[in-house]
Amino acid sequence: MPGKDDDSVILEMRETRVRFKMDAGLLKAVDGVSLSLRKGATLGIVGESGCGKSVTAGAVFRTLPSYAEVGGDILLYEKDGKRLDEPINIAKLNPTGPEIRGIRGGNIAMVFQEPMKAFSPIHTVGNQIIEAIRLHVEPDEGKARRIAIDTLGLVGISSPEQRIDEYPHQLSGGMRQRAMIAMALSCKPAILIADEPTTALDVTVQAQVLDLINKLKAEINTSVIYITHDLGVIAETSDEVAVMYLGKVVEYCAVDALFHDPRHPYTRALLRSIPTADKRRKGRFDSIRGTVPYPMNLPERCGFFDRCDLAEEGLCGRSAAPMVEAAPGHFARCFKVEPYAAKEVV
Amino acid sequence: MLLGYIAKRALKLIPLLLAISVVIFIIIQLPPGDYITNYIIQQQNSGLEVNQSSIISMTKRYGLDQPVYLQYFYWIKNIVTRGDFGQSMQWTQPVSQLLSERLPATILIALLTLCVTWGVSIPIGIYSATHQYSVGDYFIIFIGFIGLAVPGFLLAMCAVYFIFTHTGQSLTGLFSSAYVNAPWSVAKVVDMLPRLGLVVFIVGLSQTAGLVRQMRAMLLDELQKQYVITARAKGLEERRLLWKYPIRMAINPMISTIGWILPGLISGEMVVSIILSMPTMGPVVRRALIAQDMYLAGSFLLIVSVLTVVGTLLSDILLAVVDPRIRFGGVTE
Amino acid sequence: MTADATLGGKSTRGPLLGGGRRKARSSYEVASQWRLMWWKFRKHRMAMAALPIICIMYLLTMCCEFFAPTLPLTRFKSHKDCPPTAIHLFREGEFIGPYILRKDSGMDPVTYRRVFVDTDEVVKMGFFVHGEPYKMWNLIPTDIHFFGPVESGGEFFLMGTDSLGRDVFTRALYGGRVSLSFAVVSIFFTFVIGLTLGGLSGYMGGFVDGIVQRAIDVIMSIPGIPLWMALAAALPKDMSSYTRYLFMCVIMSLVGWTGLGRVVRGKILSVREEEFVTAARLSGATHGRVIFKHMIPMFMSYIIVSITGSIPATILGETSLSFLGLGLQAPTISWGTLLQDCQTIEAIAQQPWKMFPALFIVVTVLMFNFAGDGLRDAADPYK
Repeated sequence: MPGKDDDSVILEMRETRVRFKMDAGLLKAVDGVSLSLRKGATLGIVGESGCGKSVTAGAVFRTLPSYAEVGGDILLYEKDGKRLDEPINIAKLNPTGPEIRGIRGGNIAMVFQEPMKAFSPIHTVGNQIIEAIRLHVEPDEGKARRIAIDTLGLVGISSPEQRIDEYPHQLSGGMRQRAMIAMALSCKPAILIADEPTTALDVTVQAQVLDLINKLKAEINTSVIYITHDLGVIAETSDEVAVMYLGKVVEYCAVDALFHDPRHPYTRALLRSIPTADKRRKGRFDSIRGTVPYPMNLPERCGFFDRCDLAEEGLCGRSAAPMVEAAPGHFARCFKVEPYAAKEVV
Repeated sequence: MLLGYIAKRALKLIPLLLAISVVIFIIIQLPPGDYITNYIIQQQNSGLEVNQSSIISMTKRYGLDQPVYLQYFYWIKNIVTRGDFGQSMQWTQPVSQLLSERLPATILIALLTLCVTWGVSIPIGIYSATHQYSVGDYFIIFIGFIGLAVPGFLLAMCAVYFIFTHTGQSLTGLFSSAYVNAPWSVAKVVDMLPRLGLVVFIVGLSQTAGLVRQMRAMLLDELQKQYVITARAKGLEERRLLWKYPIRMAINPMISTIGWILPGLISGEMVVSIILSMPTMGPVVRRALIAQDMYLAGSFLLIVSVLTVVGTLLSDILLAVVDPRIRFGGVTE
Repeated sequence: MTADATLGGKSTRGPLLGGGRRKARSSYEVASQWRLMWWKFRKHRMAMAALPIICIMYLLTMCCEFFAPTLPLTRFKSHKDCPPTAIHLFREGEFIGPYILRKDSGMDPVTYRRVFVDTDEVVKMGFFVHGEPYKMWNLIPTDIHFFGPVESGGEFFLMGTDSLGRDVFTRALYGGRVSLSFAVVSIFFTFVIGLTLGGLSGYMGGFVDGIVQRAIDVIMSIPGIPLWMALAAALPKDMSSYTRYLFMCVIMSLVGWTGLGRVVRGKILSVREEEFVTAARLSGATHGRVIFKHMIPMFMSYIIVSITGSIPATILGETSLSFLGLGLQAPTISWGTLLQDCQTIEAIAQQPWKMFPALFIVVTVLMFNFAGDGLRDAADPYK
């Protein structure tokens, strides 16, 4: 794994699992995800809707509903700007306890998909930002307000002294998302998780918001996890990328390797399905056949079996595929991928 | 901003009030026969002398010899300018006098029940929603179903029966016989409290059941919303989070329920007070209706309808105060 | 995409895509909206329990002539205020089938009140027995009763008798016929008014909408029960009971259509802008066709939920009004008029069985509330 036992790693997931206990059975939303995030780096998590990428973020925050069960380890190596001797295992914390509350917002912050829904409509934007600052940075109301105004200015909101007392519905979509980012960054978190931060925005605003996050990331040395279904966003922002499918990471590598040398059949299909100008001649978009199966009571086999062109009944249909290191630091979960030095990683 | 909103809302009420008064005037005119003839028959039946001059003055005062639309005009004019609601046929006294004796108690009970209903159902609804599918939640749901299914008159009958068989006391009327005609004193208030409590309980039960259901549903809805997760992701403590965001959001629509709770409470109070023979409008209006003493019944309807309208206006203003989206005429999603 | 590309995509469907589509289609089942609603409804246990009880209630009361052991106006002169009769199965440890013991009236030596004591006289009970003759639904003359004493004339009172010696159970069934059918008939009127006015209001908009909206505001501002009472009081006193019943239904629906009217208007407004409605209008469909063929099916489920929701209120309203003497009036038997017998404390204290009709009311309303809850959940099957 890239960055394992590496001093620069700030957050590490080891075999993280999330299972939802439902009436109809056990739903494996996240099924053994191992990822690590380096200080100041950006990790992209990409996948179709329903692949478990947002649930992964929820597991880090422990904000999943009560019928979700989080297993495995989620290790946090840095808290309040200090390197910890013994990492905190977030997966083992009480989801409503004080420890996790100290981490949320202060050390790990989140930017949500739809800023209109993510803000309470009956409190001013300022009220909601100041609340976070007072919890983690500055208990004094007046000083917290100052910080909030500064942060709003930082994310490019004009006349922040005035905007701070406005309600979410008085701001435009792009402004709201900026305010959301300001709220997340106001406590200078070590890690920022952005869950589809641009999906609900206009295309022009999308680019602005991405630029903004990249700029701020450099300024306050925050590590970022991007969660998106948009490979374009990944290409523009990420250093490393994990492709998720059916609750598992199926490919995990540096961003250049993903676009130039994809190994997993799913990643390849995903890249093929991006519409590009020169593909017009072929007459139609490539789409991946079939749909993602419902992650409940699935047979023990490669999750992509039904949709894969390379699938082999005897091989792929029998057991779950192992994670294979196809090139140094490039992992793929597939029987058909040759390990570069016969080294297997769980 | 707020004042403009209030003015706009208040202006909208004027045509509504006019329309209500027309509807009620039509109801007053519905029974067959004209008022004077019925009045004379009524007077003769009760063995009273029919005073010719009083009939003439009455005809003039209420415009009874004029066409119907002018009668309406006279009726409204007398109410607005002189507080004169007409003559009760049955009681042979001005309706306004009867109203002033009995209406305050009706309104007091309705408002008291409103406060109790609200005060009880919001905490219960919060408990039920935050403990969804717990034993307590199921118990509350069960009681709520019973509360909605038992009609007020039945509940009142059962209450009277149980109190009679267990204490030997007949808890009818607002005061026990010793205090009915006594001047107001602490002892009289103490005497009144259990009776008042009983009425409030019976009248409020079904409304409370309805409001608890609503509060529970609203809060469950709000708890799913993204902004709750945002607040949680900020590291806010669960209890503080609950009170600051979803509960406040869930209470907002409850505020606007005043408009439909108030008529429901007055309806309920009427039925219950008839069975408990309370000194309120209920028994009087019932007898007035059976005797087709329409001015009395119509005046009651008019007043409680106006009160409802005013209540709706107040709840709208209250909602605008607490909800910026309404105050700023903002978007609704 | 260019036109050329679109055509190409259609004519040469690649094996990968085509295969996938066929496969996808076979793995999904097409279920109609009603089927989905039924699946969701089935999951609501309370509603599923309520449904058969409601059906039994309607069966019992609609065929009350057959299910009632006697007739509602038959007086058992020697059995006034008689408590309920117990049904036994075993006599001295031996199963002899259902029977009752004949009651004799006597005097309580202390209170001087009339009391009833069981004698040793066994009266055999049976199913499909001959009893008092009646005309089923006023059509078929017969004397067969579902359950009763084998030999006619036996004094069997499942829920006791009233002060005139009439069987309370029989009267409760006949009263149920009135009260339950009253709910259905007035809901039908409500449906007609609410759908018409709400539909017009939403579809036409403008002036019509304004008028209907103000009408709804006015009606909703006037407290319901006093308004019902006032309208009922204005009915002429010499009306036949059948006309009065119909007029009361109309009064109920005149006051009660507003909720449905709002629902219909809101739904019409939301589907009015849908493309298929515009398409239908552009292709020259009449207003009526657009409304009934294209719009109403879109929100039929909501209408049904709204209607089921207002049945309990109608039943409670009618019984309350009749109880207070301002709704249906004697000789019409309804659950409300039956309960007029227990307006005094003495009546409740000494003949509590006269309260049995109240049990019918509570059970019916409870069951309708359960069913309404299940329907409300089911109305959004996609949620």
